[in-house]
Amino acid sequence: MMPAMRATLAAGFAEPVLDAQACFRAALEAMARPGRVQRVAAPPEAPPPLGGAAAALLLTLADADTPVWLDAGPEAEAWARFHAGCPIAAAPGEAAFLLAAGPMPPLASLAAGSEEEPHRSATLILQVAALAEGEGWRLSGPGIEREHRLRVEGLPPGFAADWAANQARFPQGVDLFLCAGDRLAALPRTTHLAAG
Amino acid sequence: MSAATGYNFGYLDEDTKRMIRRALLKAVAIPGHQVPFGSREMPLPYGWGTGGIQVTASVIGPADRLKVIDQGADDTTNAVSIRRFFARVAGVETTERTAEASIIQTRHRIPETTLREGQILVYQVPMPEPLFRLEPRVAETKRMHALADYGLMHVKLYEDIARHGHVAISYNYPVMVNGRYLMSPSPIPAFDNPKMHRNPALQLFGAGREKRIYAVPPYTEVRSLDFEDHPFEPVRARAGCALCGSRESYLDEVVTDDAGGRIFVCSDTDYCQGRQARQEAAE
Repeated sequence: MMPAMRATLAAGFAEPVLDAQACFRAALEAMARPGRVQRVAAPPEAPPPLGGAAAALLLTLADADTPVWLDAGPEAEAWARFHAGCPIAAAPGEAAFLLAAGPMPPLASLAAGSEEEPHRSATLILQVAALAEGEGWRLSGPGIEREHRLRVEGLPPGFAADWAANQARFPQGVDLFLCAGDRLAALPRTTHLAAG
Repeated sequence: MSAATGYNFGYLDEDTKRMIRRALLKAVAIPGHQVPFGSREMPLPYGWGTGGIQVTASVIGPADRLKVIDQGADDTTNAVSIRRFFARVAGVETTERTAEASIIQTRHRIPETTLREGQILVYQVPMPEPLFRLEPRVAETKRMHALADYGLMHVKLYEDIARHGHVAISYNYPVMVNGRYLMSPSPIPAFDNPKMHRNPALQLFGAGREKRIYAVPPYTEVRSLDFEDHPFEPVRARAGCALCGSRESYLDEVVTDDAGGRIFVCSDTDYCQGRQARQEAAE
């Protein structure tokens, strides 16, 4: 069933401590200012179809405590398991982190936390075709002074409705990282999207 | 200064940093909600800012410039030792100037100088639960946060007004974050509460002994709890600073002799020294 795997694994971060710190700061800044696009300076060498930013986020945040679900094939799974040491979740609903390179799993099917512990919710790392600031959606909510604008290419058609339902569950809900190449933006569950 | 050898960058091991980083991201996504974390033993006792230090250690990088204040002052024991700690274990530049810092760790004050985007303010928090004096059971307070049931705190404020004519809380004055979660601002003076509201900087809170992390994202609504007919009023000593003359800053009262002599000086030493330097330059 497996396609031919490369004999050697792709490398992780060149400087695991400092590269993870830099990636985390990009992720924190992205989550604190939804819709602002950040760049991951030194992404790991990841097996396709994983992009630089998505792979960097996985290595920065996932470890043995966080079941990870990914749809990027056995080579990416082996890479994640080796470098992050994370267990691979069988179903999207069981994962703490999800990395979707293909079709987006429905947000409602992911762990959303409980009323008392809304932080026990999934974070979805979604690879998209492109991110552009200053056009597209109008974003509002915490972290945004007046309005941020973000255009995301490559999202499924029902995304806006899915996101509105996710936002309506606050404080429960799923948080989203959007990654394109070595760039990333975040949508925390508090962010309201309006069509641009 | 170069980093001490034998330590990981920033003192904490990478597993701990990852765990704290995950907690921080969820804390930012749910403004004001307390996220539990596995607080580690640090080389200084609980109560000396271990929560703030662990947050700073998980966030800080070689390009950062760190400022640490204790009650507004850069030169007190706690501030000096934490600044030296990070200079040793992370090799970062430190500063006493608010405007030059990218990360400011604070014990019980918000700097007078307006913060800007790109800065991170890390609070040391002794007791993260705003309801703990009213409801000691953690299981109950979790339930109250889940239901946004904060009637108990309103009753406490009402009783203060009934007894004293005003809300008798001068520090650690409870706030509502983004209209949803009741949050302890840590024991900052109520005077500082309005600075939290729609602040351009990211505010992170770490409670080491109580093992909780929470956050206020930039430009987020932070309202001090009050009533329509008894609006929140920040308290400030009715005096000017004896050193720089400021009538806007938060003041400390300093006893100068044993005959009742006293002066008021700015609690924020960087702000006060900056004003004094500008006044001298103008003369």
